[in-house]
Amino acid sequence: MGKTLFDKIWDSHIVMSKPGHPDAVYINTHFIHEVTSPQAFDGLRKRGIPVFRPEKTRATADHNVPTMDQHLPIKEALSRHQVEMLTKNTAEFGVELYGLGHPYQGIVHVIGPELGITLPGMTIVCGDSHTSTHGAFGAIAFGIGTSEVEQVLATQCILQYKPKRMKIEVNGTLKNGVLSKDIILYIISKISASGATGYFVEYAGEAIRSLSMEARMTICNMSIEMGARGGMIAPDDTTFAYIKGREFAPQGEAWDKALAYWKTLYSDADAQFDVVLTFDAADIEPQITYGTNPGMGMGITQHIPALSQLDEKEVPSFKKSLDYMDLQPGAPLLGKKIDYVFIGSCTNSRIEDLRLVADFVKGKQKAEDVVVWIVPGSKQVEAQAKAEGIDKVLMAAGFQLREPGCSACLGMNEDKVPAGMYCISTSNRNFEGRQGPNARTFLASPLTAAAAAITGRVTDVREMV
Amino acid sequence: MSKIFQHLVSSAVPVPIENIDTDQIIPARFLKATTRDGFGENLFRDWRFEADNTPKADFVLNNPIYSGKILVAGKNFGCGSSREHAAWAIADYGFKVVVSSFFADIFKNNALNNFILPVQVSEAFLDKIFKAIENDPKAAIEVDLENQFIKINATGEQEKFDINPYKKTCLLNGYDDIDYLLSLRKEIETYEQSRPFNF
Repeated sequence: MGKTLFDKIWDSHIVMSKPGHPDAVYINTHFIHEVTSPQAFDGLRKRGIPVFRPEKTRATADHNVPTMDQHLPIKEALSRHQVEMLTKNTAEFGVELYGLGHPYQGIVHVIGPELGITLPGMTIVCGDSHTSTHGAFGAIAFGIGTSEVEQVLATQCILQYKPKRMKIEVNGTLKNGVLSKDIILYIISKISASGATGYFVEYAGEAIRSLSMEARMTICNMSIEMGARGGMIAPDDTTFAYIKGREFAPQGEAWDKALAYWKTLYSDADAQFDVVLTFDAADIEPQITYGTNPGMGMGITQHIPALSQLDEKEVPSFKKSLDYMDLQPGAPLLGKKIDYVFIGSCTNSRIEDLRLVADFVKGKQKAEDVVVWIVPGSKQVEAQAKAEGIDKVLMAAGFQLREPGCSACLGMNEDKVPAGMYCISTSNRNFEGRQGPNARTFLASPLTAAAAAITGRVTDVREMV
Repeated sequence: MSKIFQHLVSSAVPVPIENIDTDQIIPARFLKATTRDGFGENLFRDWRFEADNTPKADFVLNNPIYSGKILVAGKNFGCGSSREHAAWAIADYGFKVVVSSFFADIFKNNALNNFILPVQVSEAFLDKIFKAIENDPKAAIEVDLENQFIKINATGEQEKFDINPYKKTCLLNGYDDIDYLLSLRKEIETYEQSRPFNF
């Protein structure tokens, strides 16, 4: 019987497999950032051991960094201390750091791919649940906790039970105005925020195949929002073309050999998945969430479910969620006034996202009473945007183009949405308080967010393109 | 942090809400510490306190009739961010066991790595626990790791729970994963030599 893509990569990374034990899995690339690594370095110090393979860990500062005046010292003392600790720890243990001011600095899941560090066939971990992003290259990539960060620093391995395998096929062709963000929000709304817990997902089908690497990353990024351990897409010519020539990608003879191996990375025709789900791209309209987990989403023209449509057991949590959002069961969202627009995060802050937004807003003006934050995913994205004149288009529309970081996706820095305000956001989580205490989040695609920035309301972007 | 878990009898604190994500357990703005200590004071911060830090009277942790070392929550507990700070906050507050009908994967690993036992029970048994606490906020719940059961002492109702044998041994004896991985040094180096590329 054939193997799935997941099994091919997993099986080739087993250092030790014993019955009753989790597998010891070798990790090719480990990314770290300032928030989930300090306690792991402390653990190494307590044990008196070094980082085992320092060249296989890369660090950046992204989660709590300011997105204005990055050349100045960080004002907030605790954030500054965390970033300083990262600098100190990486220097002491010999780990490469792309810190503030470095031309490679940025959101960890944006810089890995754009630098050619993320490659097909790799195992990749990071103390961040959106590590699943890197699966877009045909890698096994997943988020871990700080104790596991310490395991990887100490041994370049991690102990894991092999998850089950799920295939999600999206067939057909996407409609105009519908982006990959809409695909993944649609899937999560259908299978719920826990629908893939215990599984590793492979995305397949014509609609997935036709996507760019940036768009594929958006899909894999949100795998965790349906509970999946990770998500992946088999590498193909689109993948290879994206990687070729990037800073740390193999070159010359090494490239040819790598390519020959990468072309073997696909699920065999007779491979068995534990679950297969199939969707039709033609059924997907621009999506928006209305609740406080990413599974509470719908097509933008639809109505929030009425209480009568729910299972009795779901009602208390559903009501708590809508109370928080100050929304009514059964109501539509189209036309709802919004206060903030956030375009950024490891889900949607890549150059392609900024190009789409700039193309759409060119010659338009933002609604007067809306604050629009555009936060590029990395220094390289920022530089590219400036080289292409995207910065001028966005600023002419009244948008603020800020400096790279995680920003208002989780509001660890100053970029918080004020209490009670509505933000339409291209990020990945609409949890209570995620964008700031009592802030209210609608998750959507960059186009839907840009449309709302112009009209000041939840808008069907298909009427504007 | 106690590096061992074997057996516990305690009253329990009920949070009958589904999909409790780790942002609720510990909001991101409290992740700025560089040690593992002190996160308990911000456990469920925004459900527990008003913006001006006054306790919200209707939240269970502020209600003195509820106490104990067992947290009981609705399904899909610990979804969202991988922050281990969520497990640290739960441990630091004094909980040793979290009971739910379903746990998110990363949280489950993080809890086990901090010697907190996640006990996954059936929906029906979860309802029974919530009922028992409703009838008596001090209802004693027994959790036995060796024999893998959870019991409502007042009614004698009990249910077996699953845990993988490796993690069970770790919890019963206070072993951690790094000790085991460090013992594989030779196998790791042999593996590295067998691979022509770093992928």
